[in-house]
Amino acid sequence: MTQQKETALESDRWFAACRVEDVAENGGVCVKYGDSQIALFYFTRRNEWYATQNECPHKKQMALSRGMIGTKNEEPKIACPFHKKTFSLVTGECLSGDECAIKTYPVKVENGRVYIGIGQNDVS
Amino acid sequence: MRIIVVGNGMVGYKFCEKLVAKKIPGIQISVFGEEQYPAYDRVHLSSFFEGKDITGLELASPSWYRENGIDLHLGDPVQAINRSAKLVHTFKGFVKHYDILVMATGSSAFVPRIEGVEKEGVFLYRTIEDLYLIQSYAAKVKTGTVIGGGLLGLEAAKALIDLGISNPHVIEFAPRLMPRQLDEVASEMLLTTLTGLGLTIHTNTNTSGILGKNQITGLQFADGSSLQTDMLIISAGIRPRGELAVECGLETGMNGGVVVNNFMQTTDPSIYAIGECALYNEMIYGLVAPGYEMAEVLVTHLYNMMVKPPLPAREFTGFDMSTRLKLVGTDVASFGDPFADGENVRNIVLKDSVKGIYKRINVSADGKYLLGGILIGDATQYNLLLQTCKNKILLPPHPEDVILPAREGKKEEGAGVTTLPDDALICSCEGVSKLSICQSVTDKGCETVDAIKKCTKAGTGCGGCLPMVKDLMVYTMKQQGKYIRNVLCEHFDYSRQELLDLVKLHELKTYDAVLNQLGKGDGCEVCKPAVSSIIASLWNEMILKKGNDTSQDSNDRFLANIQKGGTYSVVPRIPGGEITPEKLITIGKVAQKYGLYTKITGGQRIDMFGAHLGDLPFIWSELIVAGFESGHAYGKALRTVKSCVGSTWCRFGLQDSVSYAIRVEERYRGLRAPHKIKSAVSGCIRECAEAQSKDFGIIATEKGWNLYVCGNGGSKPQHALLLAADIDSETCIKYIDRFLMFYIRTADPLTRTATWLNKMEGGIDYLRNVVVNDSLGMAAQWEVEMQSLVDAYQCEWKAAIENPEIRKRFSHFVNAPDEKDPTVQFEPLRDQKKVANWK
Repeated sequence: MTQQKETALESDRWFAACRVEDVAENGGVCVKYGDSQIALFYFTRRNEWYATQNECPHKKQMALSRGMIGTKNEEPKIACPFHKKTFSLVTGECLSGDECAIKTYPVKVENGRVYIGIGQNDVS
Repeated sequence: MRIIVVGNGMVGYKFCEKLVAKKIPGIQISVFGEEQYPAYDRVHLSSFFEGKDITGLELASPSWYRENGIDLHLGDPVQAINRSAKLVHTFKGFVKHYDILVMATGSSAFVPRIEGVEKEGVFLYRTIEDLYLIQSYAAKVKTGTVIGGGLLGLEAAKALIDLGISNPHVIEFAPRLMPRQLDEVASEMLLTTLTGLGLTIHTNTNTSGILGKNQITGLQFADGSSLQTDMLIISAGIRPRGELAVECGLETGMNGGVVVNNFMQTTDPSIYAIGECALYNEMIYGLVAPGYEMAEVLVTHLYNMMVKPPLPAREFTGFDMSTRLKLVGTDVASFGDPFADGENVRNIVLKDSVKGIYKRINVSADGKYLLGGILIGDATQYNLLLQTCKNKILLPPHPEDVILPAREGKKEEGAGVTTLPDDALICSCEGVSKLSICQSVTDKGCETVDAIKKCTKAGTGCGGCLPMVKDLMVYTMKQQGKYIRNVLCEHFDYSRQELLDLVKLHELKTYDAVLNQLGKGDGCEVCKPAVSSIIASLWNEMILKKGNDTSQDSNDRFLANIQKGGTYSVVPRIPGGEITPEKLITIGKVAQKYGLYTKITGGQRIDMFGAHLGDLPFIWSELIVAGFESGHAYGKALRTVKSCVGSTWCRFGLQDSVSYAIRVEERYRGLRAPHKIKSAVSGCIRECAEAQSKDFGIIATEKGWNLYVCGNGGSKPQHALLLAADIDSETCIKYIDRFLMFYIRTADPLTRTATWLNKMEGGIDYLRNVVVNDSLGMAAQWEVEMQSLVDAYQCEWKAAIENPEIRKRFSHFVNAPDEKDPTVQFEPLRDQKKVANWK
């Protein structure tokens, strides 16, 4: 996971997704990137940004951006609106005991603009 | 001020204890007792034979008296009182001056005039000394008999069994056992039970003489028969010990009781009498609880004589003689007026001759109040019945339920401890209220019955209240979330009910405010919807207001139900299922325009499926122009009120069910609750609207409406139960207001009304008592609160489309607001479409 993040940070593009005020506080939005969908979360309480794939791996629904964020023992997580499967926003690992995981992306904010770091292998 | 107490029995001791606790400056207390032992627990005397040693019965050790500056003289009874000089003369020759004299001389055993009572082997049953004598004599003999079939006599018979005398006889002069406490049937039942346990009981039997030379060998009865026995205990009642009072010229009654007024004062203003020697209103109170009350009255009176500012005055005005005890292992209790009878009284009796159970309650003719009763064989309900009787708590509609044994699948009936008022006296011996017991748990951290006993003294007298003390402790601990920790999630250490009260108290209106003030961490998908629901239930503000939008459950956040594939369904409100052709056409046109699949729902509405997130505001704009509003199909809120066509068209209809359904639906639309709420109104008992499967259902009768509550369809169907019958439309609304507010206030998150009721102690009868009889005194407040929620209602879809900030959230891509989710796939089905299957 660390390696993947580093790759993203080093070599690849930072994609300008939207402005800070476009994202609901303590909520998520869906960002279109080519034919892909990325869920972007603004954890205002912790002043943290996270990005993951928008598709929930459980039933392959494009829905994570509409889910609820929160924490489990301080670990930031996202709950899918369909069946409340939860995933770590940091590692992408499923916290509800399933084998699946989601892809995560680095996020940075500059001058009120939100950027998502996309690696070459990340996007199909 | 010098106070002399004559007598060191239970009441005399209690007087000292209460007086010392008041810390009155400048008083000196001296106590003169006849017995060799400091005051002991006479009530549990027979436990002496079960192996409890004498110090275990002691109320306080001799060092207690010393530490509290009390000058205690044991084995030194006062022998004379000189009233003019205010002096007492004692057996050991002391002469002491008093300013205040308190007579607590108690009573002695009444010994009937029978020839031969002085013979060896004849005993009384009154003091520790008596017990020692009985114990050593019983070791040498085989048979034993007791004269007296009252409370103490039967205790004495039990003592004989404990001492190894296998078949003691009990002789009673009256036609039945315990004539002061029990009616004929109860006595008969008790007699049968005791006989089964090895006692031989002779009622209607007059003992005329005691046989034997120096030692007793048998009894001679007036009818000429006789009974062989090796020993005899006489326990034929008590006689107040008023000899001293008689000698010094105080007014006394026929048995020697010292006459007192409401402040326990005798005819000499410096002399008082308390306990079994005091004669108040021509009555001797032969129980410990009234004696303690007298002690309290007197202590307050003395305090107010000497200290400013005074305490609230206290007077003795008689005392409830309710009692509960175990006789040879059999429960026996009587309370209130056990014999109440006549025109204005309803007697309800339960009798099981096999199990040896007899229960009688006397209820006011209107069935509302409990006047008194008798319990034999099973007195588990004694405490609650006593409290219900004393506090005049309304009985459930079927008063017989309170004495019926709890059956499987049926929760404990009648009022639980929770319904008692704060000032309900739980321990009548020590005068401890429900509030003080609960407070000992909440404020002083008592979490065992022993700790509560120590802290409040509750249960240290007769001990009859201990089960109730325990219930209160468990209940209070539960309230604090201590015993059964029913907390929301890791972010909130409260149950939903506690959180609701706190949010209301602090007037918190956003999720973050609640989390900051009452929780910890950053929230999660469990507490966010629960808190949001609480906020909505309390304030009924637009749920998507900034700060609350992202804490709503997924469906609430977009005011629509998310369906397979990520599209939404749209359900406009169609109150009562009544709709005009024009509105039907609008729905048809909207569905056509946005490509929606349409279906009639189970709740008499029309559901449109397959709406893209970005289309929702446009769809709703068109619906709202046509006069529709949100149906809240996405919320934990009132859904629909289904109706049959009713008396306007139906030839069987009794009432206009459609009009009433519309009224009810429009009243409660948008009301958020712990879970969804469904309702229905049927125009007659044919029940075409299926009202009995709803959270609340209404069925027309000739006279008005029957209101049913807590039904459910779903996976565990449950019929609704009748809450009130033949009520008019206004009353019905009032009851629904109260019912819904009670549910919203107390249910756990995501608990439907059926489950909520199933968990409720006391079940439907308790619920009815709360809603119909207003047993919690909350009805008026709830009606006002409901009205303010009704007044605050607004269609949230209308508010959403009018607010650009909120409207902005209804698009799939933040960076391409006009594009729809390209992954959504539909397939044709019959003449419409369906969403592609899960992958």
